[in-house]
Amino acid sequence: MSAAPETAGGVIHDEAAYKRGLRLRTWRGTAWQNFFLLAIVAGIAALIALGFTVVNDAFGYVIATYETPAAELAPNGDLNGLSNAELAQILTEHTPSRLAVYIRDYLYSGDPAEFAKLPMSQALPGATLLPGAENRTVRELNDEQQAAILGDNLSQPVLVTIVEDNVVGESIYQTFSLTESLVNRAGIEAELASAPEGATLSFRSWVSLDFLLSPPSANPATTGARVALLGSLWVTALTILIAFPIGVGAAIYLEEYAAPTRFNRFIEINIRNLAGVPSIVYGILGLAVFVRALATFTGGRSILSAALTMSLLILPVVIINAQEAIRAVPLSLREASYGVGATKWQTIWRVVLRSATPGILTGVILAISRAIGETAPLLLVGASTFIVSDPSGLLSKFTVLPIQIYNYTARPQQPWRDAAAAAILVLLLVLLLFNATAIIMRQRARRRLSA
Amino acid sequence: MSITREAGPAWAIELNKLTVYYNDKLAVRDVDLKIERQKITAFIGPSGCGKSTVLRSINRMNDLIPGARVTGRVMYSGKNLYDTDIDAVEVRRHIGMVFQKPNPFPKSIFDNVAYGPRLLGIRDGKTLKQIVEQSLRASFLWDEVKDDLKKSGLALSGGQQQRLCIARAIAVQPDVILMDEPCSALDPIATQAIEELMLELVRQYTIIIVTHNMQQAQRVADYTAFFNIRKEQETAGNERRWGLLAEHGATEQIFNAPKLEETERYISGEFG
Repeated sequence: MSAAPETAGGVIHDEAAYKRGLRLRTWRGTAWQNFFLLAIVAGIAALIALGFTVVNDAFGYVIATYETPAAELAPNGDLNGLSNAELAQILTEHTPSRLAVYIRDYLYSGDPAEFAKLPMSQALPGATLLPGAENRTVRELNDEQQAAILGDNLSQPVLVTIVEDNVVGESIYQTFSLTESLVNRAGIEAELASAPEGATLSFRSWVSLDFLLSPPSANPATTGARVALLGSLWVTALTILIAFPIGVGAAIYLEEYAAPTRFNRFIEINIRNLAGVPSIVYGILGLAVFVRALATFTGGRSILSAALTMSLLILPVVIINAQEAIRAVPLSLREASYGVGATKWQTIWRVVLRSATPGILTGVILAISRAIGETAPLLLVGASTFIVSDPSGLLSKFTVLPIQIYNYTARPQQPWRDAAAAAILVLLLVLLLFNATAIIMRQRARRRLSA
Repeated sequence: MSITREAGPAWAIELNKLTVYYNDKLAVRDVDLKIERQKITAFIGPSGCGKSTVLRSINRMNDLIPGARVTGRVMYSGKNLYDTDIDAVEVRRHIGMVFQKPNPFPKSIFDNVAYGPRLLGIRDGKTLKQIVEQSLRASFLWDEVKDDLKKSGLALSGGQQQRLCIARAIAVQPDVILMDEPCSALDPIATQAIEELMLELVRQYTIIIVTHNMQQAQRVADYTAFFNIRKEQETAGNERRWGLLAEHGATEQIFNAPKLEETERYISGEFG
């Protein structure tokens, strides 16, 4: 007899040894359980820290100074309530010498050096011009004519931004974080006393309707996320529209039609590998293919190029999840369908895809989260870092929220960091909205499938 | 070429030297069997004897299994179902199937039964309603579910689910119904309901049932086919096994006066 069975028999027959072993086994289980709990606690703590940092910057007291307080320009200081003509009038009164500059910066898209030499009809093709202004250069127009060009051709929010930036001239003198605002009111009052004449102290939520609706500006007090927000919505929605049908189609082909040949397995493995390729590589691909080679169709550095690049980036995630979901549909359901005389396509469409919908949507949710936060590939395919006009179509220039945030944080002054925190909150909100939509759709699909 | 049902021959289905391989492995060999019209034929035999394989070959369900290969002939209405110009989809519309585990779709009761007719292109709501009611009545389920046809098929009990699957199968008006151990996942009361249903359905349909339960075969089947396993020592320690049809006849004869000794040993419970 060897020793092993005797030792084993020892534990089985020796009550004391058994009790010792049992204590040890129980202790081990408890230790692991505590470790798992710790992991959760660490995760929650990290999440709270993240939320705190962002919220801490996004709200708090600011000391602001003004060149002309808004209250002097509009009733209750509400510039948004003014018409285009009224806003143009304000610009004429307060900054007559800069009207030509506004036209150049906000309406003209050619070479700045040429602007002053061109007649208006050439400088601003398609713009609404007063009769008689067409053949004159900007210098030959009087203030009223210049103001009319601004009032007739710029949208009201852009005019408001121009007024805020150049007439109101709110500048943030100092900002305080939320924690400072709550615990150090006396210190803030002291700072206000040492601020220049006319400075005001107010509690500012950097995320506000104004922030959402304003285009970016050179002044942190009036900057907004509107253009970047619209850009993110355009790019993400278009990305999903492109990647969803292609991804699900590829998954159906691979799972249902492709024979398990070596070549097809090679393709599958490579799709899995593509999911791990760094996003910047997709950016380079997008730059070479969509921005350069296919520029005729995509318009170069456009929303379409960006969405196509992002689609490539998230396709592997969509395909892999759809494949898993399709594979998980039980054979018994397929057999039931074939058993009553269904064709292959009828079985796929009516049974397999219906049952796989929740799993496929899980992939879409993951893909959205990835697409909405991507920055690097979009920088490469030409998202603008500073752009004031809204995206107007598939071929227009654009920027997205992560790039806007990066742009804000790259500037040294504290107010920009607060604006960045606000933009981060907006980004998280958009992410939440997209995901919530997909999750609700998934819940519905699940409910339809259960008893 | 399409299948046209013939009322003529007494045989609903004729198996001719039917042999099935899974990849290179022989599963069942040289089955010659005639299935009589509007009768219940039971396939019995020990596990691994190929009775389910033969059943699934009859409506080409084995086509779905990668590597399955069939030789020999399955004659139905004068056609060999394995001829290259026969579409398996058409075969399954004439020869329906009920599976071991009830497998209703995750859809409403109505949609489950209407699934087959809809596949064929029937869209008219009134016609569908009529077909659903007929099928559910024929499967003795109508009285239990007529008030909540919108309820999910998965919400029914196991026995009801299996009757729903039978309703789904007969909704496309097949000629032959194959049942692969339809009661093995059910309790005795549900089993009894299915057996009564089979005895009713056989007035219209030809039924073939695979069963492990010999009392069930005796209770419902007109004919019984006993499948058994053959073994052959290929090399030392390497045994080759395949199934074949050992004996076939009227159920009474098989159970009371089997011709083969192996049949007698199987039905008396000596192996299996």
